[in-house]
Parts: sequence; C-alpha cells; structure tokens
Amino acid sequence: MPRWRGDLKEADATPEALWRSRREFLKLGAAGAIGAVLAPAIARARDEPTGPVLEAARRQDLAGGEAPTPWQDITSYNNFYELGTDKDDPKRNAGSLVTRPWTLRVDGEVKRPLTLDHDQLARTFPLEERIYRMRCVEAWSMVIPWVGFPLADLVRRVEPTSRAKFVAFTTLLDRQRLPGQNRPVLDWPYVEALRIDEATHPLAMLAVGLYGRALPPQNGAPIRLVVPWKYGFKGAKSIVRIAFVEQQPQTTWNAMAPHEYGFYANVNPEVDHPRWSQAKERRIGEFFRRKTLPFNGYADQVASLYSGMDLRKGY
Amino acid sequence: MTPRTTTRLLRIATFAACLVPLASLVADALTGGLGANPIEAGMNRLGWWTLFFLTAALVPTPLHELLGWKWPVRLRRMLGLFAFAYATTHFCWYVGLDKFFDVHDIAADVAKRRFQAVGFVAYLTLWPLALTSTAAAVRRLGFPRWKRIHRLAYVAAMLGVIHFVWRVKADLREPGLFAVALATLLLARVAIWSSRRRAGARRALPAP
Repeated sequence: MPRWRGDLKEADATPEALWRSRREFLKLGAAGAIGAVLAPAIARARDEPTGPVLEAARRQDLAGGEAPTPWQDITSYNNFYELGTDKDDPKRNAGSLVTRPWTLRVDGEVKRPLTLDHDQLARTFPLEERIYRMRCVEAWSMVIPWVGFPLADLVRRVEPTSRAKFVAFTTLLDRQRLPGQNRPVLDWPYVEALRIDEATHPLAMLAVGLYGRALPPQNGAPIRLVVPWKYGFKGAKSIVRIAFVEQQPQTTWNAMAPHEYGFYANVNPEVDHPRWSQAKERRIGEFFRRKTLPFNGYADQVASLYSGMDLRKGY
Repeated sequence: MTPRTTTRLLRIATFAACLVPLASLVADALTGGLGANPIEAGMNRLGWWTLFFLTAALVPTPLHELLGWKWPVRLRRMLGLFAFAYATTHFCWYVGLDKFFDVHDIAADVAKRRFQAVGFVAYLTLWPLALTSTAAAVRRLGFPRWKRIHRLAYVAAMLGVIHFVWRVKADLREPGLFAVALATLLLARVAIWSSRRRAGARRALPAP
C-alpha cells in the first residue's frame, strides 16, 4: 500500500502577511456589517419641522422648561382614528386629509355666529406659541410647542348667550378625506365638549400649528382643540363646527365606554382607567415612567374650576 | 429525497421562519423602526406573534383529522414551543422594560385589572404545556393523559384572545380575526369529535 506523501511544501502555505490581512479583512467586514445595522440607530436622521411657517407674536413655556418632544415623534405617533387606528397610520394616511377648502362654523347659543375659512383660521386672532405637556389617557405623554390662540378669544368674539352652558367641537365627517370613518370603530363624527367655564379658561387653546409650522394632517389640521390639563382625547382634531349649547353634549369616547372615558377627563393619577393605572406615564423618548401630576401639572391654574366636585365621580 | 430528509428540511425551514419576527423586532429596535414608543410597540408585536403561534399550533391536528395530512403534525410541537418562547419574551418585556421590575406596579396590574390578569393566567397556562412537550413526558404521562393536558392549548389561546380584546380601546378588527380563527379551529375539533361519536355509536349497534 503506498504511503501517503504530502506534496505540499512550506512555500505553498499561505504567507503569514496574507492570512493576517485576511483576518483583518474579515474583522473589518464584521465591523462593517454591525455598523450598517447600528449606524441608522445612532445617526438616525430625524425629520425636521416642515410646512408653512406661522408667525407667533408671543412665546410661553408652560411645561416647566422641559425640552419639547422631537417633531418626528409628535407627527408619527398619533391617535387619530379617522386616519387609522394604529399609531403610525395617521402619518401614513395624512395625504388623504385635504384641508383646502375648509370651513369652521361657530354657532348655537351665540349673538354673533362666525364662519372662518382655511386662511382666516390663522389670521383672525393673534397667534402665540405655547409649550404644553400633553398626557394621553393611554399613559404616555409628550411636550408640545403648539401655535394657536386662546379659545377664550373666540368665545368672546361670538358673544355667547346666557343659555350657552357647554361648547361642543365636531370633527370633519368625510369618508374620502378621513377614510378611517369607513369603518364604524367610533360613532362618527367625533365630538368633544367643554363646560363654558373650561372653554374660557386661559389655558384652553385652539391650535393651528406645531413647532412654528402649520399643523400636519395627522395632528388635526387645520385646527384642533388643546386642553392641557385633560387627557389628549378631549382635544378634538380637524374641527368644522364649534357649537354653544345648553345641555351637556354626548361626547364620542364617553358614549363608547362611559366608565372608561368620563366627560371631564381631567388628568388624575388617583383615578385609574379600568384597564391600566394612571399613576405613572411614559414621556415619549424616556425609558422610566414618571409620576403623573394632578391636572397634568396645571392644578394651580385649573383646580378651582372643579371646587366642590367629587373628581372620582366626575372623572 | 427520503421522507426523513423532507421532514428535517421542513423543520429547519419552519424553525428559521419562526425566528423571523424576532429578528425583525431586534433589527427594528436597533434602527429606530419601532417608532416613538418602542417599548409599547415591541410589547404589542411580541403579544401579536404569541397569539399567532398559539393559533398556528392548533392548526395541524384538524388538518390531520380532516384531510389526513401528516406533515403539519410534525411541526406542531415546534409551533407550540415558539408560542411559549414569544409569550415568555412578551412577559419579560412587560416586566423588565415596560415596568422595569416594579413589583408593586406589576402586582397591582395583575390583581386589580382583568386585562393584565387574563394575560398572566394565559401565560401560566402555557407552562405545563411547555414542560410536558418532550417525547419522554408523553411516555411518562401516557398518551391519553398527555392529550388531555394539551387541550389546555385551546384555553391558553382563548385567554390570549380575551387579553387582546381587553387591550384595544375600540378597534376590534385584529383581535376579532384571531377570535374567528380560533372559533373555526374549535368548531372543526367539535365536528370531528361528534362525527366520530356517531360513527362509534353506529358500530356499536347490534347487527340486524
């Protein structure tokens, strides 16, 4: 039997310099692959504010100096069921919500009803920027630099009669422009309401912009309600009608699940949502939950509106 | 290809496919693909896939009984174990990331709120199934007893669907789809069971 004879010579082996460089090459490749995966996370280009610029005469920080949540997060994580029920749906479907032409009708128990078209929404009252905390009933929160005007300015303009006890805000009803309305997820159109003294409180505001730009559709363009001491769902979006009425209006989420979403919906860490605690919240962009503040931190300004009320019952 | 090789390849392919949702979750987590609230998004995704694998694990048996297909049965244990693995990841995500091991908050959630309670019970239900998933366990328990225990899979899936229904605020479409799938699978089992009973009763009749 012939013995096996190695016919490879020393010189046939891969020279050390070469295999060393190959090893380096592989390391480089692996690093490159990991880098390719990680780079977007680290150097993720954030969307910068876009859209028509709005000039605000006055700026107020009403969020205790906290840095605003990035534009990208505010405009990509939305509860606006008329544009889809997943958080990222509204941004994806934003294109369908065409806001020109737009008509906002202000009527009901008022002496001087008012109709505003798209361009008048941002021109009729002096605009100001206000940075507010926004607390969602789902226990997350943001810090948002809104641009808009006090709701009280509009209330004063239309001169409510003595019968005006509540103010109702109605979202556009249009299955083309708000395709989420094709499914009966909620009883469309969306209606929210405030008591008249809440509506005239200086913190209640109608927003037409965000970060100095016109509101993007997913945030409720062209005009929406912002009530910073209440859960976010009170802030009706894409409003077409503001009606002054005598009786407490039936609001949308309250009709859907009365024990979960009260009419007042004041941010209250003491009153849990039946399915989750309201004691803490996650600020978007933060890992640890933080304690929720009564009236979302605006108790000093608004608590007196509810003196004598049992806020466990009137939640 | 021998049948054994085919089964092996099928198992390998299924195993790889079952890891895809996890891989995509990791990739999205690293690249910011989970959006503004990644903790919530990841937890929701893991819960969704748990329910998916839980439902998928219930498909092979009726397919075998109704159509005589054998190959899905060979994947059943793997699908079930992946359901358990995703459920465990979902649970750990909730405990470690969402609540950051806040035992007090977690206990309050489970004790006070039916939505978390039913999810927790559903997860507990999966433990005896996972622990008795080996061939040795089948031998030790005896097949009839093992089978009875493993009907808990239906209970776990039902509790999982209820957990999902109680999670959403208004849009019941997705939990509804799981509910319909589960109801169909249960109906198939009941139909098989009753037709077999009837056949058995006929055979038991004395000959004319």
